[in-house]
Amino acid sequence: MFLLCYILYMDRIYFDHASTTPVDRQVLDAMFPYFIKQFGNPSSILIEEGRAPNEAVDEAREKLAKLVNADSEEIIFTGSATESNNLAIKGLALANREKGNRILFSDIEHFSVMNQADFLRMLGFEVDFIKVDNYGIVDLEDLRNKVTENTILVSVMHANLEIGTIEPIKEIALFLKEQGVLFHSDGTGTCGRIPVDVKDLGVDTLTISPHQFYGPKGVAALYLKRGTKLKSLVQGGLQEMGYRAGTENVPGIVGSGEAARIAMEETDERVERLEKLSRKLWDGLSSSIEYIHFTGHPTIRLPGHVSFWIEFVEGESLLLWLNLNGIASASGSACASNMMAADETGLKASHVLTAVGVPPDICSGSISFSLGKDNTMEEVEYVLSIVPGIVKQLMEMSPLYEKAGKSGR
Amino acid sequence: MAKGPYSDKVMDHFMNPRNMGEIEEADGVGEVGNPACGDVMKLYLKIEGDKIVDAKFKTFGCGAAIASSSMTTELIKGKTIDEALSISNEAVAEALGGLPPAKQHCSVLAEEALKVALEDYKKKKGQV
Repeated sequence: MFLLCYILYMDRIYFDHASTTPVDRQVLDAMFPYFIKQFGNPSSILIEEGRAPNEAVDEAREKLAKLVNADSEEIIFTGSATESNNLAIKGLALANREKGNRILFSDIEHFSVMNQADFLRMLGFEVDFIKVDNYGIVDLEDLRNKVTENTILVSVMHANLEIGTIEPIKEIALFLKEQGVLFHSDGTGTCGRIPVDVKDLGVDTLTISPHQFYGPKGVAALYLKRGTKLKSLVQGGLQEMGYRAGTENVPGIVGSGEAARIAMEETDERVERLEKLSRKLWDGLSSSIEYIHFTGHPTIRLPGHVSFWIEFVEGESLLLWLNLNGIASASGSACASNMMAADETGLKASHVLTAVGVPPDICSGSISFSLGKDNTMEEVEYVLSIVPGIVKQLMEMSPLYEKAGKSGR
Repeated sequence: MAKGPYSDKVMDHFMNPRNMGEIEEADGVGEVGNPACGDVMKLYLKIEGDKIVDAKFKTFGCGAAIASSSMTTELIKGKTIDEALSISNEAVAEALGGLPPAKQHCSVLAEEALKVALEDYKKKKGQV
C-alpha cells in the first residue's frame, strides 16, 4: 500500500533555486516603468525618450559592477548566462588565435560551456578537459600537465550547481597568469549568492546570471577585465561597447541592477541563514536514510545546497514523488536528464556525477536541493519528514534492493 | 495544475502501481536491464496450464519504467502464454496513453522482461 500525502492546495516548497529564482517584488517594481512610461531606445539619446533608459542602463551596469568589485566599463550585458559563456569562450578564443589554439574546460562545466567543444574544434581549436576529484574539485596537477605552450584559454566554473562544490579559482588564476593563459569562470552559481571579487579571484572574465539571484530571466552579464581582447559574436550597432550589438533589454537590465544591489546588501545574512538550513537538511537526511551518499565537497560548497544519490533508488522517480508532495528539486539521473530528447540516445547520466566517480550502474538516484532566501526551517523539517517514506516505497519496489538484502550487502 | 510530459495514465500507474511485489516460487522470472539509463525490471509469473494467473513486478527506474511494468502485468494477467507473447511494447505504450519519445525504451524493456520470464518458464518446465 502506498502512503500518499498530497499538498495540492497548499503552497509548494521550492528547493530548486539552482534552476532559477522568483523575481523579487522590488526588482519587478524597478523594471515596470521601462515597459511603457520610459520605453525609449537607449541609443536614441538625441531625443527625450532615449535619455532616461540610457541612464537606467548605465546605473544598472554600475550596480552589476559593484556586485563583483569591477568597474562599470568592464560589464557587458547579454541575453543569458549561456550567451555570456559563449561570448567569453568563443570571443577570447577568436581574439587570441595567433597565440595558440588549445582550450581547456573542467570536466564538470555546464552544457553552455561543454557543448561548445565541437563548434570550437570545427573552427580549428583543440579542446581538452581537466579532471576533477571525487568532490568535484579541479585536479591542479592535471591542469598543470594539460596547459601547454599552445594553450590560450581555460574555463573553470566558480561553483557547480549540481553538486555544490566551489572551485579554487584564485589558485587556478595565479597559475594561469604565470603561464600567460586567459581564464574564464562561469559565475552563475556564485554571483549574487556568495561574495565575489574579481580582483581578488584574478579571473579575466566572469559570467553573471541575474535569474539566479532574484532578477529576471532573458538577461545576463559578462565581466571582462579592462584590456582583455574579445571578438564580438553578435555584430550590428554599437551597444555594449561594441561587444554585443542589439537594442538593450532595458527592463531586464534595470531589474538585474536592482537584484544585484539587493544581493549585495543581503549576502551575508542570506549565507548565514542558508548555511543553517542546509546543515539541518544534511544532518536530517544523513541520519534517516541508510543508503544515502552526499555529492560535492562537504564544506567548500554553496550555502543552502545539499545534493546526494541513494542506492537502489532512481532519481526521476524520487523527483516525481517529491513533486507530487509539493517539493521542487532537481535530478542528475539519466532518466531525468533529457525528458524532451528525440530518443533514448539523448539520455545520459549526468556528466558531473560521472566525473566525480558516482557509479552509473548502482545509482541514478541523484537529487539536488538548492535552497533560497525565502525557504524556512519549517519547510526543511517538512521535507525531512517526507523523504524517508518515499525512499522506503521506492526501495521496496526495487529489484536491486531486494538483491542486496538477500546477499547481506 | 499544468500538464507534465507524462499522460494521466502513466502518472496513475506510477503513483498506484498494480501488482508490485514478488511471487514466491514463481513459474517464470525475467530480469532485464537497459544500459542507456540503468533501468532494471524484474517480472514474476504464476502459470497454470497455459494461462498466466498472476504476475508481479519490481522495477528500478523512472516514471515511465514503473508505469510500463505495472501496465504490462495488467495486460498479461489472465492471458495465455501465446497471447502474452504477442503483446508488443507499442501496445504497452498505447495502453498508457503514449510515452515521450525519449521514454519509449521503457516499454521495450517491459516487453523484453516478459519474454525472458516466459523463456525461464519454458526452461523450468523442461527440467520438471
